[in-house]
Amino acid sequence: MHTFEFGRPADAAAAIATAARAKTAQQGADVRFVAGGTTLVDLMKLNVETPGRLIDINRLPLDKIEATADGGLKIGATVRNSDLANNAVVQRDYSVLSQAILAGASAQLRNMATTAGNLLQRTRCMYFRDTAMACNKREPGSGCPAITGANRMLAVLGTSEQCIATNPSDMCVAMAALEATIHVQGAKGSRAIAFGEFHLLPGSTPERETVLEPGDLITHVTLPAPLAGSKQVYLKLRDRASYEFALASAAVVLTMKGETVTGARVALGGVGTKPWRSHEAETALVGQAADAATFRKAAEAALRDAKPQSENGFKIELAKRCLAYALKTAATA
Amino acid sequence: MATTVEAPGTSPIGRSTPRVDGPLKVSGAAKYASDFHFPGMLYAVPVGATIANGRVVKIDAAAAEKMPGVRKIFHRENIGKISRSVLGPGFEGICDERRPPFEDDVVRYYGQYIALAVADTFESAKAAADAVRVSYDKEKPNVSTDLKADDEPQVVVTTFGPANRVRSERGDAAGAFASAPVKLDQTYVTPAETHNPIELHATTAIWDGSTLTLYESSQGVFNLQGVLAQMFGLPKENVRVITKFLGSGFGGKLWPWTHCPLAAAAARQLGKPVKLVVSRKMMFQTVGHRPRTQQRVRLGAAADGKLISLQQDYVNDKAILDHYHEDCGEATAFQYSVPNLRVAFGRAKRNIGSPTAMRGPGAVPGLYATESALNELADQLKIDPVQIRVLNEPKIDESLGIPFSSRHLLECFSVGAEKFGWSKRTAEVGSMKRDGLTLGWGMAGCTWVAARFPAAASVQLRDDGTARVACGTQDIGTGTYTVLAQLTAQRAGVPLDKIEVVLGDTSLPAGPISGGSMVTGSVIPAVFAAADNAIASLLNIAVTTPGSAFEKRKPDELAFEGGRVFAKVDGVAKGVPFADLLGRANLRLVTGGGEGAATFGNPKPKFSTQSFGCHFVEVTWQAEIARLRVSRVVTVIDAGRILNPLAGRNQVEGAVVMGIGMALFEHTTYDPQNGAPINSNLADYVMAVNADVPPIEVHFLDYPDKEINELGARGIGEIGLAGIAAAITAAVHHATGVRVRELPVKIEDLI
Ligand SMILES: Cc1cc2nc3c(=O)[nH]c(=O)nc-3n(C[C@H](O)[C@H](O)[C@H](O)COP(=O)(O)OP(=O)(O)OC[C@H]3O[C@@H](n4cnc5c(N)ncnc54)[C@H](O)[C@@H]3O)c2cc1C
Ligand code: SF4
Repeated sequence: MHTFEFGRPADAAAAIATAARAKTAQQGADVRFVAGGTTLVDLMKLNVETPGRLIDINRLPLDKIEATADGGLKIGATVRNSDLANNAVVQRDYSVLSQAILAGASAQLRNMATTAGNLLQRTRCMYFRDTAMACNKREPGSGCPAITGANRMLAVLGTSEQCIATNPSDMCVAMAALEATIHVQGAKGSRAIAFGEFHLLPGSTPERETVLEPGDLITHVTLPAPLAGSKQVYLKLRDRASYEFALASAAVVLTMKGETVTGARVALGGVGTKPWRSHEAETALVGQAADAATFRKAAEAALRDAKPQSENGFKIELAKRCLAYALKTAATA
Repeated sequence: MATTVEAPGTSPIGRSTPRVDGPLKVSGAAKYASDFHFPGMLYAVPVGATIANGRVVKIDAAAAEKMPGVRKIFHRENIGKISRSVLGPGFEGICDERRPPFEDDVVRYYGQYIALAVADTFESAKAAADAVRVSYDKEKPNVSTDLKADDEPQVVVTTFGPANRVRSERGDAAGAFASAPVKLDQTYVTPAETHNPIELHATTAIWDGSTLTLYESSQGVFNLQGVLAQMFGLPKENVRVITKFLGSGFGGKLWPWTHCPLAAAAARQLGKPVKLVVSRKMMFQTVGHRPRTQQRVRLGAAADGKLISLQQDYVNDKAILDHYHEDCGEATAFQYSVPNLRVAFGRAKRNIGSPTAMRGPGAVPGLYATESALNELADQLKIDPVQIRVLNEPKIDESLGIPFSSRHLLECFSVGAEKFGWSKRTAEVGSMKRDGLTLGWGMAGCTWVAARFPAAASVQLRDDGTARVACGTQDIGTGTYTVLAQLTAQRAGVPLDKIEVVLGDTSLPAGPISGGSMVTGSVIPAVFAAADNAIASLLNIAVTTPGSAFEKRKPDELAFEGGRVFAKVDGVAKGVPFADLLGRANLRLVTGGGEGAATFGNPKPKFSTQSFGCHFVEVTWQAEIARLRVSRVVTVIDAGRILNPLAGRNQVEGAVVMGIGMALFEHTTYDPQNGAPINSNLADYVMAVNADVPPIEVHFLDYPDKEINELGARGIGEIGLAGIAAAITAAVHHATGVRVRELPVKIEDLI
């Protein structure tokens, strides 16, 4: 049996010191922080994660949502997804984040899930989650049966010959569009990581998903001051109406002057190997008339480098429609 | 619509009656198979093969056996003898996977059990099962989804015995098709679908000497008893099977699966009770599924839409060793009038676990194909889909040449059309809009067989004024407890809350399988006869008990009504409650037994007994984001007399929800590389959730069918799933112009 030790450190420093003894903070980590447990415990039951030690961070004082000095927002690592989505400031100033979280999982899961846990949720690739199968992400070098098998749900952007797994998070797509910053305290001190630099592309090391090193504890996420007058939309498309991961999703934050787009931040979900910020789409939008042609051009730009697999080619068109419609909804809001 | 025979308010029959077992279920007191605990009980977790084709070379259990709490790792060498079982005679010994577990070292499907870990706790057993190392001689599995019929003889073996591959034939279907002025020739595909009742399959096995008791999640305790008796070489009476409550089964729990003899064999060897709960993942591997079907339908018609020829040639996939036939032609030969018809089937062996019956087996995939073909023909001829059905309404069952006992399909269509507002439909694709969405309207007919299985029951009247009714049949969750209470209340005049219903136990009078939507229809004669016999005993007691008000009378001068015995000349007002009579006689109770004979399988029926119905469906389509939703369903069902409209509506609504899943979401995917059902969990096997469920209107015609039983009640559990997928795909076509002939309809089909 994969027995493990369970500890509840007195403070962040103790948690970090214990975690720093791990060999890796990536796939195969022998020490894991546990927050809501909705990803980790699930994967432990499947033997995909087999840590020897769990560090419970739920009692650390990381559960506040506070205003920052520069007019932004500081979101603690263990703030529950439900609390974040229903926070009045978030709903007013960062509504795309609230919409994204509420589009994900179920009420029960959101009540458990945390900010940091959501940042680190793992792919839903069916081969990754089954230890009887080969999988480069779980067992580097064993192969990728998804490329030659069931890949309908998997990514079309940011894929490699080694791995095409989708990052499944909804919350992260909104955070990418909001230009969040992730704050980490580690064995060597604390650092701030721009959202776009936090998740890694699979390349030839799909087992490495983020820049985190052993001992790194996410303490909070900050959002910059809200863009005045911005219009925000999160749109998630999936087979059934609820309780399913995205086939394609889009987070858009638009500012407009009259009928012209003056600022745009765009990210896609369900189609990328990481939460997919699309500067290409943004460039195609800024300074243009907020009309169907512009939105479609932006969508084309966002998916220009998409690479279809045997079953998921439709996601390219679906993601384009998703983004164009999200832009239209935001512009006319 | 027909009206109810008994005056409303006096009879419990036909009245909406909440489940009598509801409080037990919501309070958690209802015990399901895995809720039974016994001293010293051990837990078993099977090890499934991780190849779909090949041979087990070596099972290394050394590490697993050394783990804490582990009692034994069983495999082929040490499980002990488990024999085969055979079919029949009669409706007995039925099994879709005949090979006993561990019989040989060949692996024929992914997940096939090859070892079993038994430990003191579930967690230890699971850990041990995970630690068993297996090496294989692996061959490429065949899970190809392109189904061509295997080379099989004209008469083939099926789960239920030999069957002619030409299921039905009349006239010259091929010739008539060739010369028909209008033709349609299309192939329809339904995918493998997995039953996902919330209650997992489970067995708790206990031996007492040579007597075996099984707490099993079973839709057929008597069949299971017979099969397990054969597998362990026991007289049938030495096996007792108990299923007090089922968290549904959808057909997946009708016949025994291999986990059950495994648990029994382990319990026998270890001399302790053993519990085995099949995991959700194993539910996709080892306990059946609806097979994939590929059905070619050819219709020949006159220019006005009158059918001239109908040919249905279908293939289903099946396991390597077993013989499942998905009876897609079940309804084809009688549903519409057509002089020339041929329905024939073939099967294709694959490295998959055996398919089995799933809610509406045969007719559900079959009607999806034939009703879709009819819709396409109507579109081709620019005839209204309702109209083409009306035009082809048969006068009799043309396959058997006998009348229907009660068929009101045309009324179903007219009621459905009216309630739905069908007359406002404009036929052109994409022509209907609402709130910026494109609407699609579609419809289809449905049918499901009605018949009775043999059933026995006993009714007791007790000196405290209560009654007990017992029958070995199961309540799959559909309301069987409630129906038996209603029937007993009706006949014995005892209020519902004073009736104890006992079900789900082979030590009770033999009851039917919870299958074919036949339990209610089958138990009516048995319960009524049992109540009548108990009452007859009571009348005898009334005339023989010293001091009884009826001491001087003969039994035939007495009558019984509303729980009272009375002299016919005096009327019921002067009657005596049965509790008083029993008290005076110093009797605790009187018991009557009753039986009902089968009509199912009758070789020379006088009437064709079927239920009928139709669905009208609206979908909304938003092309901009490729979003399709079912937004409205009206279903009309002609299923004879409805005993409990509340439970009946609940069955039809549930079936419609399942039909939305069938049409738009559900499919089990076998990995082409290793043959595993890869989406083997409730996240990746997508089915309808609450948010997908639109307003559903259900209407019952409520015409009693007295050929079925004295109340005229047919079954209601399955018919609602028949036809719905064809109605939805027709609506999808009406909205989008896309004709999807392989279920489920996916976004990629429409984009
Ligand atoms: C059935 C189901 C459906 C779901 N559907 C959706 C969906 O539709 N959309 C969606 O976006 N998500 C969905 N989810 C995923 C869900 O959002 C995540 O599981 C959840 O956000 C994870 O948060 P947690 O707190 O439970 O993480 P945990 O499981 O506790 O942790 C996850 C990982 O993060 C690490 N970790 C946690 N906190 C820290 C920290 N402070 N510093 C460093 N590392 C840390 C842990 O060590 C672990 O590796 C679904 C999940 C389930 C089970
Ligand atoms: S896509 Fe990535 S996660 Fe999935 S099987 Fe391939 S390597 Fe593993």
